[in-house]
Amino acid sequence: MDRIPILKLGGVLIVTIQVDMHDRLALALEEDLTAKIASTGARGVLIEISALEIVDSFIGRMLDNIAAISRVLDAETVVVGMRPAVAITLVELGLELTGIKTALNVERGMAMMQARLHEDDEDGSARARYED
Amino acid sequence: MRMTKTGARVPVTRTETLPIRSGDDVVRIRQAVRTRAIEAGLGLVDQTKIVTAASELARNALDYGGGGEVRVDVLQEGMRKGVRLSFSDQGPGIPDIQKALTDHYTTGGGLGLGLGGAKRLSNEFHIESAVGVGTRVTIARWK
Ligand SMILES: Nc1ncnc2c1ncn2[C@@H]1O[C@H](COP(=O)(O)OP(=O)(O)O)[C@@H](O)[C@H]1O
Ligand SMILES: [Mg+2]
Repeated sequence: MDRIPILKLGGVLIVTIQVDMHDRLALALEEDLTAKIASTGARGVLIEISALEIVDSFIGRMLDNIAAISRVLDAETVVVGMRPAVAITLVELGLELTGIKTALNVERGMAMMQARLHEDDEDGSARARYED
Repeated sequence: MRMTKTGARVPVTRTETLPIRSGDDVVRIRQAVRTRAIEAGLGLVDQTKIVTAASELARNALDYGGGGEVRVDVLQEGMRKGVRLSFSDQGPGIPDIQKALTDHYTTGGGLGLGLGGAKRLSNEFHIESAVGVGTRVTIARWK
């Protein structure tokens, strides 16, 4: 069965969706990402969708599911590269994508993730100092 | 949004019928609708809207209607061009159409946005359904 590759860069998993998603592929991606977040302890998931010509409620639900799973596993989801026509259509369709952050492109998405990882580090060291 | 019988007498410049039997068919329908929307001169945003609506309705015919077919028409009325899609299945039908059109209402664990969303994304929307007989949803988007 086809699968979508998942790359790891720093503490972030990166998925580029390049094909017109069908059901099995979407379900496989949810499963693979869940396993990979758990096994790597990744703190962020970046999903690049600039190749997607539409996002319907099926893909929307997949993105929602991935974000919900990530949240439980203490990782944040950022969707990057959404085409403007897709973004406009999503609003009319009624998809809210709550809990999903979006960024214009991979660089900005990575910057958002890094900012969060950095904040966590600072929290961690502040706590460590306090405990001393 | 008008709830009209979508233009029975509007001249059709091209028509084709595609099966809805699998997830791959849904992908093929999206591609065919895109091609026809371009042919009708729809802009990128309008193309995206009708293709998204088509994806929702094809999936409904597949998931709830047990499969069916879609007729894709390119329309021309004077200077006006458009695309009309008619999805039909011989599935269980919809007992309460108003309810089914309500956002977030789902009997299948979906987001419940397909029917309402397809209506919002179209210029014309018409649905007829009879329990035990089947469902037909017709939408059109004009340039
Ligand atoms: N072709 C159909 N045949 C039978 N029932 C349908 C059909 N299309 C939609 N429905 C019913 O309407 C409900 C709402 O559909 P929709 O708005 O697409 O949301 P979802 O697909 O997420 O459930 C479905 O859950 C189903 O009960
Ligand atoms: Mg649906």
